[in-house]
Amino acid sequence: MLAYVIRRVLQSIFVLLMVGLVAFSMFRFVGDPVENLLGQERTQADIERVRDQLGLNDPFAVQYVKFLGNALQGNLGVSYRQGRPVSEIIAERAPATLELAGVSALFAVLFGVGLGVFTAIRRDGFMANFIMTTSLIGVSLPTFLIGILLIYIFAVELGWLPSFGRGETVKIGWWSTGFLTESGLKAIILPAITLGLYQMTLIMRLVRSEMLEVLRTDYIKFARARGLSTRAINFGHALKNTLVPVITVTGLQIGSIIAFAIITETVFQWPGVGLLFINAIQFVDIPVMAAYLMLISVMFVLINLIVDLLYFVIDPRLSADASTRGH
Amino acid sequence: MTTPLLSVRDLVIEFPTRHGPLTAVDGVSFDLAAGEVLGVVGESGAGKSLTGSAIIGLLDPPGHIASGEIYLKGERIDNLRAEDMRAIRGRRIGMVFQDPLTSLNPLYTIADQLIETIRTHLRLSEREARQRAIGLLDDVGIPAASRRIDDYPHQFSGGMRQRVVIALALAAEPELVIADEPTTALDVSVQAQIIDVLKEQCTQHGASVILITHDMGVIAETADRVAVMYSGRIAEIGPVREIIQNAKHPYTSGLMGSIPTLAQEEDRLVQIPGSMPRLSDIPPGCPFNPRCDKVFDKCRVQRPALIPVENRQVACWLYEEATTNEVAT
Repeated sequence: MLAYVIRRVLQSIFVLLMVGLVAFSMFRFVGDPVENLLGQERTQADIERVRDQLGLNDPFAVQYVKFLGNALQGNLGVSYRQGRPVSEIIAERAPATLELAGVSALFAVLFGVGLGVFTAIRRDGFMANFIMTTSLIGVSLPTFLIGILLIYIFAVELGWLPSFGRGETVKIGWWSTGFLTESGLKAIILPAITLGLYQMTLIMRLVRSEMLEVLRTDYIKFARARGLSTRAINFGHALKNTLVPVITVTGLQIGSIIAFAIITETVFQWPGVGLLFINAIQFVDIPVMAAYLMLISVMFVLINLIVDLLYFVIDPRLSADASTRGH
Repeated sequence: MTTPLLSVRDLVIEFPTRHGPLTAVDGVSFDLAAGEVLGVVGESGAGKSLTGSAIIGLLDPPGHIASGEIYLKGERIDNLRAEDMRAIRGRRIGMVFQDPLTSLNPLYTIADQLIETIRTHLRLSEREARQRAIGLLDDVGIPAASRRIDDYPHQFSGGMRQRVVIALALAAEPELVIADEPTTALDVSVQAQIIDVLKEQCTQHGASVILITHDMGVIAETADRVAVMYSGRIAEIGPVREIIQNAKHPYTSGLMGSIPTLAQEEDRLVQIPGSMPRLSDIPPGCPFNPRCDKVFDKCRVQRPALIPVENRQVACWLYEEATTNEVAT
């Protein structure tokens, strides 16, 4: 198992290096940063001086290594637009996105698994069919439309929940949380549902089909023949066997929840990194864009790694001592 | 006469289809005494497994019991509420399935599965249940049971897994064990061992056995009585020795003739011409009539009921007169 973990970590590092290369290339090829830094009143001497100062005259490889070294130390450059270090800006914005992503992932997993199990057990029931049909809406409607619909119903018509922003936040160290105020909690409901709805329906449909598959297996029939309670069979024996594929998909989906937060954050004007990214694109703020790209890829790689390790926890057949002993 | 342990009366199992119901088991009746081993043989699709599943209340929908009754020690069990039937499964009727490789949940240790089963039915502490589980594994011949109990199913071979399955089926001391083709999926070399373990354990725990198989050899060695099924009906039922030595029903004698023996040297084995009819077109009268070499007019029109002949019952018109004559004299 250790060898496997080491191999996976090495693969992850390779992936991150590649993403770093792409992020770095953005600086090189999306316009000349010197043009951006120096205004129109520049002289050729100024350009040369700044180029030298920024190390832009070094060979490509040297620049790349320097970039990586800086990134590792948390130095992601300075935002062109705000003139502040990018790492500072992201640290300021990250709590909003992580809280939003966390709540919607929780929503997606809890409801996805719960409803998936329910619709699998009550396969032909009216409620199950109803849920399956409506879940098609979750899969097929685009996120921004769901967001706007929710805003229309709950913010405009009913006036129960705010339509934008994070509400009041409380600072705990550098982390600003919206969980401790009523307006913060209210504000997170609509964006979290909007962001998690697609993932929820996806997980639900996956759990359902996996569960139906497992319920047909011999070991479930044998568990019934031993008179185990329906609850023990459905939630102990069947659900655990559906988890491996479900965890794979869930892991990937949590990654995309963070990535797709861009749209939801735009719709709800949620002050997270997604909104930061959109604004950065509008102003060609390359350091911010590059940092965002790296951040998202680190998340994806990390989640994938955790998912791979979770397999071992769930499925004993994957463990290293899986040598079949004969009789 | 004492109440039989299990009594099946006119069991009919149907599958609804668009073209009306298909009758997969049609009017099966038999009794099973306490401690008795009943073999059930027949070709694939004869309704053996369905009968077994119906007794333990685990027919896969859309199959269902259309009519008939099943009694366990005189109590009717085929119409119980799901929860009451669940309490009987495992506790009073145990079941062993065909494929030991897929019968055990791959994600739980043998200990988890045994202890869970034991504690579902018996009021024991975790520790007592574990002790009992180790004892059960010992009994079914798993070496170093106290160590191996914490292994996962994939760490056992097929034969060993079937032993575990037998231990699981017997975990709560059921009165009846239904073994559905318990050796079919196993290597020939371990089949005999598994049958021995099954029989020995059931005898020790005082459980009756319904042994469903298509292996006449297994039945001959193990069973007290045998029921031969054909097209969802019992063709002949009676003591194993008598039926093997002197089959009455033409189907049974065909079946016996198709088994190679060491005593005789034959070039070709006897073969029954044709094949079992599909459920959708079982012929009127005796379902075996198109393949029977002793067929006469009545067989094509009227279905024979089980007719008592000597110690057994045969569903064949050939023996109608024999009984009436006997009654007459």
